[in-house]
Amino acid sequence: MKTILFIEDESVLQKTFGDILRQESYKMISALDGETGLRLAKSQKPDLILLDLVLPKIHGFEVLKKLKEDKETKGIPVIVLTNLEGVGDVDKVLGLGATTYLVKAQYSLEEVVEKIKKALI
Amino acid sequence: MGLIIIGSTLGVYLIGNRYVQDPQVMALITLLVTAILFIIAFIVTRSFERLVEASRMKSEFISVVSHQLRSPLSNLRWVIELLMSGRFGKIEEKQTEYFKILKENNARMEELVSDLLTVSRIETAALPLKKKEISLEELIKELISEFEPFAKASNVEIEFKSESNLPKIFADPFQIRLVIENLLDNAIRYIKDKGEVEIKLGKRGESLYSEIKDNGVGIPKEDQKYIFQKFFRSENVMRYQTQGSGLGLFIAKAIVEKSGGKVGFKSEGGKGSTFWFTLPLK
Repeated sequence: MKTILFIEDESVLQKTFGDILRQESYKMISALDGETGLRLAKSQKPDLILLDLVLPKIHGFEVLKKLKEDKETKGIPVIVLTNLEGVGDVDKVLGLGATTYLVKAQYSLEEVVEKIKKALI
Repeated sequence: MGLIIIGSTLGVYLIGNRYVQDPQVMALITLLVTAILFIIAFIVTRSFERLVEASRMKSEFISVVSHQLRSPLSNLRWVIELLMSGRFGKIEEKQTEYFKILKENNARMEELVSDLLTVSRIETAALPLKKKEISLEELIKELISEFEPFAKASNVEIEFKSESNLPKIFADPFQIRLVIENLLDNAIRYIKDKGEVEIKLGKRGESLYSEIKDNGVGIPKEDQKYIFQKFFRSENVMRYQTQGSGLGLFIAKAIVEKSGGKVGFKSEGGKGSTFWFTLPLK
């Protein structure tokens, strides 16, 4: 069973994605802040990381940078899932090594699930 | 800075010593002029830095506010979608009806926030053009297929006529997409019962010209001069209870003009509208 780490401070999304991904036969681990996310990425070695950007303790940009600098975690694909859409954010995130940048407001739930499935093939 | 002032004063004194009777006065004048010029340069640089900083802060503020407004709305939409998907149990027909109402109202709020964000970015100049070579014909075709379900649901036929072998243009595809999206959305939205939208694309001099014609409710003459104003919604539109933020045409005009093009329309109340825009080839 493939494992997905979801670093997201909105508990309603943790619940929604937790339910759906379980139904799709994935294991989901939750982190509600950047610090916990980094710790779990190292200790659990998930197959995929879903990362929000506006996070408590350590901002998503920093989390992504640290994940990609660390030998143990740099190979894990990261999908950034956020509503932050500042000028240059997409280039910055892709430059740091994320696989995809998804703006929540622009995708349906099923479309996001499809992107997750595709990234795990 | 001090070194330059002292250096130039000393230089003028030494040169003046050889050719002028009173080199001290010349040196003093040079000292004063150089100092004044430096003070002016310093003030100008500082104000420019402050302007850049203010613009950066505004742009960051918009980005954060939009994030805070959008997040609960996308959470809500995803939960509604999850309930409607039937993943967690069958939904009765009546329940689906009400879920649709929730989803539509949520979509209205999302659209408003997104339009407000675009307007704020235009007004704070935080929406730079990322130009590249694009085919306007392909972009229009893409958008027509995206709008097809909405058109079908509104009983509207979309027809597209393009001249052949049109050159590509150098423009920001994301922003030009917003322009056509807004014009096409309006054309379909303001057709009542059923109708037709006709899109034309061709070359006019050094520009590409496109027009989007509908046979919808049209714009009454007295409203026409306000149509590109922010938040303006025609009396006709209000009467037909058509939804919209009143920002679409403002956004379209701002983007077309920033891209070096022109935008306009002709319309008659009750007889439909034709909106057109041009975009320079280079």
